[in-house]
Formats: sequence, C-alpha cells, structure tokens
Amino acid sequence: MPRPHLRHNSGDMGKHIVILGGGTAGTMTANRLRRTYDERDFRITVVDQDDDHLYQPGLLFVPFGLAQPHHLVRSRPRQLHGGIDYKQARIERADLDARTVHLAGGIRLTYDVLVVATGAELLPEETEGLTGPGWGERVFTFYDLPGAVGLHHALERFEGGRIVIDVADLPVKCPVAPLEFAFLADWYFQRCGIRDQVQLTYATPLDGAFTKPVAAKTLGGLLADKGIELVTEFALGEVDAAGGRLVSYDEREVPFDLAVVVPLHGGAEYVGRSPGLGDELGFVPVDPHTLQHPDHPEVFAIGDAAGLQASKAGSVAHFEGEVLVHNIARFLAGQPLDASFDGHANCFVETGFHKALLIDFNYETEPLPGHFPGPVGLPLLKESHANHLGKLAFEWLYWHSLLPGREMPGIGSTMPEHGKRHSHA
Amino acid sequence: MPTATYDERAVPVDDEGFFTDPARWTEPMAEQIARESGIEALTDRHWTVIRFMREQYAAKGTGPTVRVLGKTSGVTVKELYQLFPKGPAKTAAKIAGIPKPRGCI
Repeated sequence: MPRPHLRHNSGDMGKHIVILGGGTAGTMTANRLRRTYDERDFRITVVDQDDDHLYQPGLLFVPFGLAQPHHLVRSRPRQLHGGIDYKQARIERADLDARTVHLAGGIRLTYDVLVVATGAELLPEETEGLTGPGWGERVFTFYDLPGAVGLHHALERFEGGRIVIDVADLPVKCPVAPLEFAFLADWYFQRCGIRDQVQLTYATPLDGAFTKPVAAKTLGGLLADKGIELVTEFALGEVDAAGGRLVSYDEREVPFDLAVVVPLHGGAEYVGRSPGLGDELGFVPVDPHTLQHPDHPEVFAIGDAAGLQASKAGSVAHFEGEVLVHNIARFLAGQPLDASFDGHANCFVETGFHKALLIDFNYETEPLPGHFPGPVGLPLLKESHANHLGKLAFEWLYWHSLLPGREMPGIGSTMPEHGKRHSHA
Repeated sequence: MPTATYDERAVPVDDEGFFTDPARWTEPMAEQIARESGIEALTDRHWTVIRFMREQYAAKGTGPTVRVLGKTSGVTVKELYQLFPKGPAKTAAKIAGIPKPRGCI
C-alpha cells in the first residue's frame, strides 16, 4: 500500500515524534505511524529502559503452569519496524516547556510531538505490610513476572487452606484478570483433586464483582457457582502476613493462608518528576476522545499511562491507537483533531475448564450480552469454548498482527452496537 | 428527578441522594446530610475534607477517589475512614453536595 505523504506542510520535514514506552501501546503507535506515513514526514524515536517486552496477558497463566515465563518476553526493538529509532535508557523527566525529554546519561531528546506510553507501575510498598515479611512466601502478586513465577511454586506446594484474591484499589491493569485468577484457581484445585480442602475468597473494593451492573451480575454469578466467596467494599488497609489476615480500612478482616494481591497502580515514576505532565497518581490526563493533553497540545497519552475512565487493557490501547495516529498527523498538519475515541474495550475473560467469556464495552455502554462483532460472532457475556480458543489465539495475534500495527479485519476502533442486547434492563 | 429537603429548601438529587446541582448546596445543609449518613457531628477535620471535595469538583468536574484524597487533602486514608466510616469518597461527596464520584473501570 503506498503511504500518503503529508504535502500540506513542507515544514514537516525533520519533525520528531518521541514515544516514551516500548510496550503494547508505544510499539503499536510507532509501527502504525511508520506504516501509515513516509519517513520524509517525520522521524520516530521510541524510548524504554530495558529490552524486555512482556506479553502481559500471559502472566495470568504462569501461576497455573499454563504458560512458560521465558516464552512471554521478547526484545523491544525487534518488535519495531525499520525506520524507527530505539533508545534504551532510563527516563529522567520531560520538560514540557522546552519540549525536551531528559534521559539517563545526559541524553536529551527534543520533540515536536510527545507520546506518553509508559503504562502503569505496581506500587506494593504503598500498602502497609504488603511487602513486609511474607511477601513472596505467602503473599504474592501475579502482576509481574517474578511474582507470577513465585506464585506458581507456591500453588504447587499448596496442600489446602484459605486463599484470598484481593484487589487493593482501582485503577488496575486488566480489571478482569483477578477474577480470571479466581476462576482458574477453582479449576486448578479441582484438577489436583483438593478443591474440597481449599477455600477461595475474592475481595474487592467495588460493591460487586465488576464495575458495571450487568457484567457484575454475570461474573458474580460465576463466582457463586464455583463456590468462591465474594467480599465487597473491601478497601485494603493492611496486610498482616504473620497473622494471616487482610485488614480493610474500616477494620474488617479476611483470613488467609495464601494471599494473591493486586497492588495499587500508579503512572511511571518520571511522570511525577515532569511538572505539568501527570495527575496525583502519575497518570497523564488527556482528552477522552482525542487523547491530547489539555495544557500541552503537542503531548498525547495512550494505553495504561493515560488518566482516562477507560479500562487499562491492551485492547483499549489498540482502539486508541487508531485515533491517536490519525490525530498526530492532523496536529502536525495544523488541522483540527478527530474526537472519535469512544472508550472501546474488548476482553476475553478466562473462566476455567477451557471456557471463556467475552465482554465488549465503551464509555457509554456497559458490557452487554449478545454477539461480537455482529449478530453472527462470538457470544458476549456468556461462557463458551470458542471464546477460550479466541483468548489462546490472541497471543499469536498480539506479536504478529497487533504490535506490527496491522488492522484487525472487521473490528474497528469504535464499539459495534450491532449484536448487543439492551433489552433486559 | 427526586428532590430532598435540606435547610428548608428542596434540592434535586439522584436516586442515591447525591446532589445533581452543587450550586444549590449551602454549608448549613451539611450537618443534616451528615446525620442522614450516620455521622452525628461534623468536626473541623470533616470540614477540611468537605471543602476539599468541593474545590476538587469545581476544578475537575468530579470528586476525588479515596486514594487521591489520601494523597492530596492532607488527611490520610486511615483517618478518612475514621471520619467517614461508610466509605469516605462517597459519603464526603454526598455531604459536600457534589455528584457521586465517577468510579474507575
């Protein structure tokens, strides 16, 4: 496909787009920009601090021995198309007034457009007692690779008792993953033949199993069917590993022999060192429809790094990317931006026993039953083997289609209404 | 739309009792809303949080979450739960006469 050359502004020559973060959102953005626009239009530099691109959806499967840790990590720059520079360095800070990013080692990058795609970080040390004695022994997270591997060994050794899965507070990456962990734990211990000796509890700060009412009912029903106790409005205040209890801020307790905690999340550390860039939690507040920073029009954010009321999930980054790439070109050409991102998210929810359900939603429409992407398609909000196969196939699609910036045929950026059932309100 | 009567004035509220028009709120209304939320008397510390909620709403269009309150209001999360035991972000928003804070997904 011939790539359009931006002819409307000859001053584009030599413009520089700097993308901070070489994960899902940053890699997709860089590749989409390079596929769509000619190298004469602008240079692209991607920055990240290491060479480990982690397939994050795979973390869920590691504790159950369903994924091999080393298969989940690939080189960051190798996922980038030719014509994209990769700089491996720690990001010190962004100086938005000088349009300059400062990297470790005194490296400075000046930009015409800055894309913040540095995701979310785990902040386990912000919860009292979480990283104290017992962390990595009877208290784990599966949200990073060392934690997921440690938890795999702990589950292998586990002979019975109480397991609690707790979400400290929102926002978290992939808000369905902790539920999936609970469903898979039920399957795992049934397969081991000791399910009757394992008590599973799911504790959440929400007032139900999920944020949105229809999905909360379906997912809460699945927890009940599988004999997993649901504890709601549990705001985690303290982890007492020695005493084997989680304590909420309002002083309720959940006892455990093994705790699987999803820690607090925040934006990348340098965001806090970059005046004017982020919010109190280090996420970058951008317009929910254009992804542009309100005070600095040449700054955009995408994916988990963005402070939006959208899920922190790879699918959201994918759908945002379509709008973002378009808007960067429009911004550089001095044209009005396209305000068309609708908060679209699409997630497979693994439910155990080789089944999964699929949810599809946006800012306005909660996850509803029906079919995706149209009346003939995968069932929505309903367990099926087809959705499980979809979830497994996704890993291949991630490396070979999504990251390279190829569009998914038949699946556009905006949420499809066709196929959804609104009837049972 | 439902209404509630505070300080002898009818004000529009949502189904859960949150103000839909923060401009209709006055300070004398707060004590009564607090009692309905199970808080007998408002201390200076309560008022610190209530005023902070209103400032944040005016600046950002939504009330802060508990975590953001704990980081920015000068009141720790632990104390917030002592002041507003049934959930600080929601209860303080209700007493401060601002709409229900938007949750995260």
